[in-house]
Amino acid sequence: MSVSDQPVNMIAEIEAPSLSLSDLTWRRFKRHKMAIAGLVVLFLLIIYSFGGAFFVTEKYANFTDTKERLQAPNAKHPFGTDTIGRDLLARTIYGGQISIIIGITAAFVEVMIGIVIGAVAGYFGGKIDAVLMRFTEAMLNLPQLLLLIVMAKFFSSDIKNIELFGREFSGSVVVIIFIIGLTSWPYLARIVRAEFLSIKEREFILAARATGTPTWEIIFKHILPNSIAPIVVSATLGVAGAISLEAYVSFLGLGVRAPTATWGNMLENAYRYIESAYWMWFFPGMFIVLIVLSINFLGDGLRDALDPRSRTV
Amino acid sequence: MTNARKFLEVKDLKTQFNTPEGTVYAVNGVSFDLKEGETLAVVGESGCGKSVTMMSIMRLIQIPPGKIVGGEVVFRDTDLLQLSEEAMEQIRGREIAMIFQDPMTSLNPVLTVGKQITETLRTHTPMTQEQCRARAGALLELVGIPDPIKRLDDYPHQFSGGMRQRVMIAMSLACTPSLLIADEPTTALDVTIQAQIIELVKELKKNVGMAMIWITHDLGIVAGLADRVIVMYAGYVVEEAIVDDLYENTLHPYTLALLQALPRADRRRDQSLKSIKGSPPNLLVEPRGCPFAPRCEFVREKCIAENPALVNVETNHKVACWVDVKTGALR
Repeated sequence: MSVSDQPVNMIAEIEAPSLSLSDLTWRRFKRHKMAIAGLVVLFLLIIYSFGGAFFVTEKYANFTDTKERLQAPNAKHPFGTDTIGRDLLARTIYGGQISIIIGITAAFVEVMIGIVIGAVAGYFGGKIDAVLMRFTEAMLNLPQLLLLIVMAKFFSSDIKNIELFGREFSGSVVVIIFIIGLTSWPYLARIVRAEFLSIKEREFILAARATGTPTWEIIFKHILPNSIAPIVVSATLGVAGAISLEAYVSFLGLGVRAPTATWGNMLENAYRYIESAYWMWFFPGMFIVLIVLSINFLGDGLRDALDPRSRTV
Repeated sequence: MTNARKFLEVKDLKTQFNTPEGTVYAVNGVSFDLKEGETLAVVGESGCGKSVTMMSIMRLIQIPPGKIVGGEVVFRDTDLLQLSEEAMEQIRGREIAMIFQDPMTSLNPVLTVGKQITETLRTHTPMTQEQCRARAGALLELVGIPDPIKRLDDYPHQFSGGMRQRVMIAMSLACTPSLLIADEPTTALDVTIQAQIIELVKELKKNVGMAMIWITHDLGIVAGLADRVIVMYAGYVVEEAIVDDLYENTLHPYTLALLQALPRADRRRDQSLKSIKGSPPNLLVEPRGCPFAPRCEFVREKCIAENPALVNVETNHKVACWVDVKTGALR
């Protein structure tokens, strides 16, 4: 037995390991220094927001103590306190969670809508394509912020709090997620459509049809995996976009309602204290800048790494 | 294959494409039939409608701009052109399979080879995942890929051109179809690989017992492969014959010209190959008269005025030409 096993093992050792697609992608990604830095910072921010929850409770983050209002950073409150005496360190931790969750889920909503509209338009073409793309262009022509503000005002008139994972959120979180998702899909839809237009003409799609593959399988199993690279890149950037959009509407007071903290609504009250209480805008502002920058660098790195045309290893 | 009933009958098939430049008359009333287990070769130069004919049979023509204007494709007593798209999906891959010209582009680059083979099986059979995988491995072995089970997890870019064409063949055979349409499957391969693939297909055909339509513009391949040949020109069938008859008793001037353009081992080296003068017809113009007339050595006035129909001239030998190329007299 052992005699016959021996040569087989030797052959297996001689063969060079073949690099899979993901190996190649990771190798290209690693060379992008800024992307690696972005990934590290993003990772730290996630640890900060989600790991921090083990050290401070949400109750503490929302705890009001007017005796300690507007305190500069000190030993008890490292990031200082806000106008009603809430601890800013605790609030950036819980606010970060909400901001990140909003960023990811809003980007998810955006990607889902974008993929479905882009895929249907690109694959079926003709009248369906014309109707969907005119609608997409109409959406693009409306300023997103205007849409966002109007929708936020319109939908968030009276919302109950919701309970999720044993925690209570302001219902406005869900509203904001959908509003951001519903207003940012058009770019993605156009990217997906362009990909579908070119990939559906490739020979392997014809070959798949020739084996009787049903249409939905061609769309989701053959074309979509081939266009995943630009989708991943814009989804990544979509997360950053959603976080800053949330900050924007929350800053205007139309976003997530207190007491639920987000990095965006922490800025809402801070602008009146720009000179007198810098800590109120500095810390949440810094986190927003860091997360948006790091995700954008990450997206850039992914764009280069996932580009099948860059053959360098 | 003693049971030689017709199981595919194409009658007067017409396919056109509406383009901004006008209507392209790609296939203009093509008729032929196929018996069970038979190999039919379809020969003609690029753009003569060979592929469009086959794509019309499979209903893979993109509509629009394409349109199957008329005719019937009777496969086992059903007209495929009347079937719903869902019913047609059941035929494709299960009853009629197709392999394509370029194996480098016919496999999905992001799916493993095993996935692509099992997908056909899962679409058409109630097999479980493990059964499909075992069958896919057996298929790869059948087409001569070493270490088949291990290679199921490889991506197409890890295979060479010839190996990919073998994978394509394995995919098309997955559900043991009764008809295999091969659209120039060896054109993109070099000559030695080409010979291997042809040998493989011949072998498989013998074992599986399916009928085959082999599209090619290489008359050299046809001789060793086909039972019958149809020659197409400008969307018409111009000659149909048993394979030996076509070479020894050529009846159409176009076939004659094609054969003269073929390099032969027994021809002297200083003799140059004869090319067909003129260029292929413009398919944007609705055909009037014989489409080959402008390039034909035997052209008569009648040829320009009227298009000859495909008629039985000898037993099992049809031709569409007014002139008898042997005597030069009008038919």
